[in-house]
Amino acid sequence: MPRDFTNTKPILEVRDLQTTFDLSRTQSIKAVDGVSFDVHPGETLAIVGESGSGKSVTSLSIMGLLPKDVGRISGGSIKLGGNEISKYSDVEMRDIRGKEIGMIFQEPMTSLNPVHTIGQQIAEMVIRHEGLSKARARDRAIEMLNLVGIPEPKRRVDNYPHEMSGGMRQRAMIAMALSCEPRILIADEPTTALDVTIQAQMLELMQDLQEKIGMAIIFITHDLGVVAEIADRVVVMYAAQVVETGPVEDIFRTPRMPYTVGLMNSIPRLGSSINKVRLQAIPGSVPALSDLPQGCRFHPRCGYAADICRAALPPLEQAGDGHMIRCARWRELNLSQKEAS
Amino acid sequence: MTAPLTKTEPLLQVENLQKHFPIHGGVLQRQINSVKAVDDVSFVIHPGEVVGLVGESGSGKTTVGRTILRLEEATGGAVRFGGTDVMGLSKSEMRSYRKRMQIIFQDPYASLNPREKVRDVLTHPLKLHGIGKPSEYDDRAAALLQKVGLSPDHLNRYPHEFSGGQRQRIGIARALAVEPEFIVADEPVSALDVSIQAQVINLLEDLKNDLDLTMLFIAHDLGVVEHICDRVIVMYLGKVMEIASAADLYARPNHPYTKALLSAVPVPEPGQRRSRTILRGDIPSPIDPPSGCVFRTRCPMATEECARVVPKLREIGPGHGSACIHST
Repeated sequence: MPRDFTNTKPILEVRDLQTTFDLSRTQSIKAVDGVSFDVHPGETLAIVGESGSGKSVTSLSIMGLLPKDVGRISGGSIKLGGNEISKYSDVEMRDIRGKEIGMIFQEPMTSLNPVHTIGQQIAEMVIRHEGLSKARARDRAIEMLNLVGIPEPKRRVDNYPHEMSGGMRQRAMIAMALSCEPRILIADEPTTALDVTIQAQMLELMQDLQEKIGMAIIFITHDLGVVAEIADRVVVMYAAQVVETGPVEDIFRTPRMPYTVGLMNSIPRLGSSINKVRLQAIPGSVPALSDLPQGCRFHPRCGYAADICRAALPPLEQAGDGHMIRCARWRELNLSQKEAS
Repeated sequence: MTAPLTKTEPLLQVENLQKHFPIHGGVLQRQINSVKAVDDVSFVIHPGEVVGLVGESGSGKTTVGRTILRLEEATGGAVRFGGTDVMGLSKSEMRSYRKRMQIIFQDPYASLNPREKVRDVLTHPLKLHGIGKPSEYDDRAAALLQKVGLSPDHLNRYPHEFSGGQRQRIGIARALAVEPEFIVADEPVSALDVSIQAQVINLLEDLKNDLDLTMLFIAHDLGVVEHICDRVIVMYLGKVMEIASAADLYARPNHPYTKALLSAVPVPEPGQRRSRTILRGDIPSPIDPPSGCVFRTRCPMATEECARVVPKLREIGPGHGSACIHST
């Protein structure tokens, strides 16, 4: 059964987010251009896209981690539990990160400090955000390591990151991100560098923890298999914009934006040795943000492009319950009927 | 279409291949141990076949590919190419074999010299191997670019002027320049975006059909491997766990590791979560692999016997081998 969260109040509301990167004094690009979405408590939202789509910059914008002096939020709003956080200072954001928003990344060593033990790092978080005593904080660290399935947590709490295997470090990073029971976990390609058997462990763990803690998850990935497995709703990004969004079933069963349809057709699926079909590749490559095409940003690669597509950037239109599409021709093309099997 | 599994002489025979990397330590930097990256691996590849080599990190799949081409020297076993023992060849003899055996690397960024124009990238191998006349070089290079879906106008450009997918096309064109019979493709699409990955997979399939190439396709993505390969070898911790035709392996996996690996692949169909064997723990260190069956520490079926007996690859069906004492 698909889970429905729309009757709850969203925990995070992103509206018309614009993030600008200044490449030089005179040149700047919009890495995120008018992105909007909601995330509800307990829900998993997947943001998918290829390199340069703006998916990671969207998450860095929410976390207030844009590279200093280069990237900045230049428009729109980000509301966390009703509070506008896009204009928060660095100090204010530091109070939010770790406590309200947990973060995990592809490479555990970007969040783990090599010179402190895992226990010290988790304890520091809970002392800072929850004001626990040192002894209580250590207990919490052990409890968290146990929760993420690290064996012998009482011994492991005194390990340094380098004393742990890759999979264990990944778990330690998740333990740290969740130690203050954040309301949202932002996971940026957390399983991309992992082997599939370890990835399966991590996805299972994250879903378990979501059930226990009830946090919302924003999962950023390019892997459509992972998306189908964990997401309730999906945002598909292309060239800094949202091109299609909707419940996971709609996006996979009845995709309507030609780019989404193209992505679905370009992945080799298990079972192909019995039923050999040629992959339908999307021609060309993602445009540079400094040199975007006129009109629809996907039109130079789109097999359905017509004059109307070159004329103007199509708006994101409501196509069904929560299903939105950015394509000038989606009604007449009716792709989901023809292409989705 | 699957290539017919010919009964002809194999093009490549790998026999009991072994590659142990020494570990030095102590004040005297004596060898104290070794990483058993590849341990007793045997398989054959027939002309026109694409054989997949899959496994997780540390399985030794890349080392197998590099050892076959002698980019690493094996510490044991034999590699025969067209009947000739490749390991026994001198440096100059090996050069003429390099012409017949080429490699495509994972990282198109790292494998191209940033200061070389595409023309030079593609004509160097011709010069090196004395193929064709210098007056033909430009035409040959232009033809290669067309073959991989690029334009002859690209000859005067540098690698940085290309996208990732285009760079991988250049890497493929370079491998094809000497008209090899055999190609080791080491994770050729792993670094590419999804939409570009499909382009390069289609290109490799076309080239395989047009040029009658024989290929060892090394990858960790099981979907990609099933799509492109005729047969598949599954490795774990330096050893072969299972070998079968792609159709057989994916439909009837026999080895517990293959089963777990396949069940771990996320399927792009929501609501289709299958009952899944989730392997516990990490891959053990290849410095100190488990006794008996190397997979037993994570295997849901392991018994005491598995710690004592090193399982041999046994034929469990036509062309289907599995290295598990419990397999039937």
